[in-house]
Amino acid sequence: MEDLQQFKQTYFEESSEFLGVAETGLLRLTPGNVDMEEINAIFRAVHSIKGGGGAFGFTDLVAFSHEFETVMDGVRNSTIPITDELVDILIRANDVLGQLLGHARDGTRPPAGFAVAIVTALKGFAANALEEAPPANEPCTPSPILGAAGRKTFSVRFRPKADLLLTGNDPTFMLRALKAMGTADIECDIGGLPTLAHLEPELLYLQWLVTLTTDQTTNDIKDVFEFVSDDSLVEITEHSLDAPPPPRLEAALPIGADPSRSTNAAPAVYATPEDAPESPQSAAPGPKPAAGRSSSAQSDGGHPSLGSHTIRVDLDKIDRLVNMVGEMVISQAMVAEQLRKLPPGEHQELLEGLQQAAQHTRELRETVMSIRAQPVGSVFSRMPRLVRELATATGKDVSLVTSGEATEVDKTVVENLVDQLTHMIRNSIDHGLESPNVREANGKPRTGTVHLSAAHRSGRIVIEVADDGKGIDRPRVMEKAIEKGLVQAGATLSDEEIDNLIFLPGFSTADKISNISGRGVGMDVVRRNISSLGGRIGVYSTPGQGSRFVLSLPLTLAVLDGMVISVGAERFVLPLTNIVESLRPKPADLHGLVNRCDVMMARGEYVRLVYLHSLFGIPNAVCDSTKGLVVLVETEDGGRLGLVVDEVLGQQQVVIKSLESNYRRLEGVAAATILGDGRVALILDVAGLQEMSQHGGSASSVAQRQLLDASSQPRIM
Amino acid sequence: MKKKVMTVDDSRTMREMVSFTLKGAGYDVVEANDGQMALTALTANKVDLVIADLNMPIMDGLTLIRKLRALPQYRTTPLLMLTTEADDKKKSEGRAAGATGWIVKPFDPAKLISVVQKVCG
Repeated sequence: MEDLQQFKQTYFEESSEFLGVAETGLLRLTPGNVDMEEINAIFRAVHSIKGGGGAFGFTDLVAFSHEFETVMDGVRNSTIPITDELVDILIRANDVLGQLLGHARDGTRPPAGFAVAIVTALKGFAANALEEAPPANEPCTPSPILGAAGRKTFSVRFRPKADLLLTGNDPTFMLRALKAMGTADIECDIGGLPTLAHLEPELLYLQWLVTLTTDQTTNDIKDVFEFVSDDSLVEITEHSLDAPPPPRLEAALPIGADPSRSTNAAPAVYATPEDAPESPQSAAPGPKPAAGRSSSAQSDGGHPSLGSHTIRVDLDKIDRLVNMVGEMVISQAMVAEQLRKLPPGEHQELLEGLQQAAQHTRELRETVMSIRAQPVGSVFSRMPRLVRELATATGKDVSLVTSGEATEVDKTVVENLVDQLTHMIRNSIDHGLESPNVREANGKPRTGTVHLSAAHRSGRIVIEVADDGKGIDRPRVMEKAIEKGLVQAGATLSDEEIDNLIFLPGFSTADKISNISGRGVGMDVVRRNISSLGGRIGVYSTPGQGSRFVLSLPLTLAVLDGMVISVGAERFVLPLTNIVESLRPKPADLHGLVNRCDVMMARGEYVRLVYLHSLFGIPNAVCDSTKGLVVLVETEDGGRLGLVVDEVLGQQQVVIKSLESNYRRLEGVAAATILGDGRVALILDVAGLQEMSQHGGSASSVAQRQLLDASSQPRIM
Repeated sequence: MKKKVMTVDDSRTMREMVSFTLKGAGYDVVEANDGQMALTALTANKVDLVIADLNMPIMDGLTLIRKLRALPQYRTTPLLMLTTEADDKKKSEGRAAGATGWIVKPFDPAKLISVVQKVCG
């Protein structure tokens, strides 16, 4: 017996997709807004979960989904009206379905009395349907009926209805099935055949009498004619073994025990000149054997492009591919490094070949990354549910607007986004939005809006959570920060700095811990999690008008296009997307400020200069910016910075190696990479550098120093 | 020569189970996600048997069977319904549309094979 258990995994995967479909549909379902297509989709989702569940014998799941399905069927047939109460119950039923799937997956049984309230509610809706809902279709597994012990003889008379062939049924197969049950003597009665002039080639004029000796039962024989017994004549008579065989049919054509011979004879009878098959395709109206042959001939022509255009691949395999592409990028850099040592002008073909290889590697890398890419919509789609629950819990009217769902980002990033977005939305609804009455008093619409959007910007994905609530209460934040000792009393902070205090560990302005936001997780955790993904978070708030949280994340966590720069003996990599331009400043453009912070005039704007050598404590570097180079860089939020470096060495794809997992997190450094000569280089984090330079700090420069020492050892990672 | 069967179901699990069961019994199996997709594929390529679900997006199973029966090359091809619907009303609707027979979900693999053998050998 085939083992269908191996499809359980597929079933669970697919079912969770179905659950998602049902949930999305249910959340859109509101009284007076009925989209039949949506309702059908929900019905089908529940129906499919039930169907598969039955195949694996998940009885609790099947029983529950049956109740659920019955109500959805009523909704579909408009016998159950859509009310808010109904939608609530259906959403909860969908949850229960998810839990039951979980139990089925774990092989556990739900506790006694599980979800009784929901079942009762569903039954209530089904019972109150406007008219009688169609009878329950309990799935029934056909149970094999055991054959009786002794052999018996039956005579089976089969007179098919004339157009039997036109339903795709074929008497040949039925006769063959009978023969397979025991010893069968089959006779064909051709008495019903009309004269050739009156013969309709597609109709069946024959009948059969089969004398069957078998150990199976009358029911087994009936089963053979399962699909035709309603409109064909099937008579089964049982004889004892001793009884004389039934009389032969009048004018019977003895066919013998081989039913196929009866059909061999048939084509000769049927084949009229006009239906002689010209090509296999036109042979269909002919009798079954001819059709059978023609179809075989057709399917000879190779496997057609039927079926799905996608395949599912194990994530590990893709990760291996990503790793290999990464290693290839490194190897290529190594070859390039060696080639650079050759005398210039020679080996032109080699250089061109390498350039081409670089181009192909880049394409390969992008393709591989796109395999891992997923639209953020899969995360966004979970948020309406959250908003609905939060709105109920807080008594606020909230409408969620999403945009940019199709924006694609690496799977790992998508997976890690869920918790962060959940928390940010909680924060917006709990702390940001006012209650409907307050909003009305302030001249705002009663319903608050939370806007969730995603977009690609300079090689990163930028996700925004914006609300039109009251904005950050700055005096309150200051008060709290002073109280917690995060800020000295009397300190003057800019609005922006005050807003960003909410990301500090241990900070919470909620007067009372609500059960929504106050779960011991603050925005500091959100920020930490996001920065561990190589991302950043910022907040922009306007009192009375709302707050906007901006989250930026790298599209991929594996490879980036970088610019290699040198400072002293060290090499660094700057992400290409951050670089605006590089220039050598004239002395007249440089302006010194107090506490050693220099600024430079670039394109009519003042830009703060950051001396990498002093930030990281690198000896023997160019200290005079008019002798070195200034690389103008830009952060995602538009802040500009001038990095003073010795030299810009060139553009290169680099493989990102996590610093945290190999060493530890460092300020101003996003990750590390391995250069063509085998040396480790640090990938700079521009926003981090900006922050460091603002605090004037090389507080951690001792640690940086250590790392730089380590990084001069080839290939430590 | 292997007979070719098409399974039409919007549930991937169901398709894979049918496919696995029938491949094990020596059939060639192709899959389609809904009636429209099946019809498109079947118009271009003849198969020996179609096993279709009833409830599907875009085009349901009954419509598919009706449309297939209208095609000359499928006038006498067995077309089975594979469905959780077991009531006689649905069955007679199926019969009227031209279905050869029906199998009730969840199916027993041995039973599926025997039904398939019964209608297409």
